[in-house]
Amino acid sequence: MPTPRVKIPGTAAKGEVFEIKATIDHDMESGQRKNKEGKPIPRKIINKFVVTYAGNEVFSADWHGAISANPYISFFLTATESGPIELKWMDDDGSVYTAGGAITVS
Amino acid sequence: MKKSILAAAGATALAAALGGPVLADPPFDPKDPKFAAYISGDKRSGYTFAEPETRGMQDDDFTNPGFLWVEKGQKLWSKADGSANKACQDCHGKAEDNMKGVGASYPRYDVRAQKVVNLEQRINMCRVDHMGAPEWKYESDPLLSMTTFVRHQSKGMPVTVQVDGPAAPYFEAGRRFYYERRGLNDLACKHCHEDLWGMHMRTELLSQGQANGFPTYRLKWQKLGSLHRRLAGCNEEIRAEPYPLGSPEYTNLELFLAWRAQGLTVETPAVRK
Ligand code: HEC
Ligand code: HEC
Repeated sequence: MPTPRVKIPGTAAKGEVFEIKATIDHDMESGQRKNKEGKPIPRKIINKFVVTYAGNEVFSADWHGAISANPYISFFLTATESGPIELKWMDDDGSVYTAGGAITVS
Repeated sequence: MKKSILAAAGATALAAALGGPVLADPPFDPKDPKFAAYISGDKRSGYTFAEPETRGMQDDDFTNPGFLWVEKGQKLWSKADGSANKACQDCHGKAEDNMKGVGASYPRYDVRAQKVVNLEQRINMCRVDHMGAPEWKYESDPLLSMTTFVRHQSKGMPVTVQVDGPAAPYFEAGRRFYYERRGLNDLACKHCHEDLWGMHMRTELLSQGQANGFPTYRLKWQKLGSLHRRLAGCNEEIRAEPYPLGSPEYTNLELFLAWRAQGLTVETPAVRK
């Protein structure tokens, strides 16, 4: 079971641009490799990453085969209101891994 | 000496060295205070040979992917297992307090085992003797995670191992291995990591081959790996038959490498190419 790690600042001033960093341990098996018997190893990657802030989707990314294992991503948001921030990683096999935090905006 | 590295590197590398593009070495200034923690006398951690981007990954606990394993180890620390239904924490308390410095002193002669054991083997002894749990396989995710978590508690502390007394024969065996030529290329560890560090081999800048950052996240592996995995890689590099991971040969060599790294500090988990 992959374990996400996220870094979200606890507080920000209204209008401030803040950074979120996130990483998850995942093999990101590309589907291009073969096993010892020469059979292709089926693709199993995280194909989508979505972020919601106070219930609204504010960031998303489609990921493809060339993303490294244990992908790391950082991005910026503008502090508009206090609320929860939720990050979701969608796996090819249908699993969804979530992590998050909350920010207080003053 | 010159001759042997040519033999090792082979015709392609030689051609690259003579006619290929000139690679710029990563910037390194021994007087720059930001490297002070990675140098001790003539000893230089692999960190000082790494590209600035790779160093940057290691510098930030968050971008350092090795921390995924530190966190997995931390979770396992308090998880009960085995017929005794005990967790590491039940006997050892807080790892942050009670495992501080432990990882910096391994491999170590163990009175009960009556031999030198490395940290991986010491952890497995606790699983078997104190928890009634099966050994974790070498290079398995739980063993890598726990080893990384325990050694990380010594981060920043100097590597200090005992090589005299009962440890002496193991140390001597490790030293012998280090200076012994082997493989189709007929090279010893010392040829690349003592005599030729700072030179290029194919696309690689040879470092001193210091072991203070293990287990290490290697970009090439796309995962964290043990020192023994790296040693097997260095053996294969010169077309020598690698020893099994966890073998006495590599454990003795690990003791010699730890002694050789003394003065440098534990970097676990380091990030390397
Ligand atoms: C039932 C108690 C018990 C449990 C559970 C236990 N240990 Fe131990 N551990 C010991 C004892 C006792 C020693 C001292 C050496 C000995 O007698 O085996 C020790 C020694 C060690 C050492 C060496 C310390 C040193 O200073 O050299 C390490 C590292 C270690 N244990 C790690 C672990 C880890 C990791 C776990 C969980 C996977 C664990 N232990 C679970 C009792 C335990
Ligand atoms: C043909 C040259 C060659 C030989 C011989 C060789 N290595 Fe290496 N070794 C490399 C290269 C290339 C690397 C990766 C770049 C670097 O750190 O030097 C490496 C890396 C390492 C590292 C990792 C360093 C770090 O900072 O993470 C260790 C430890 C190491 N070698 C130990 C050994 C030992 C012990 C032996 C003898 C069994 C050995 N090597 C033999 C070429 C060699």
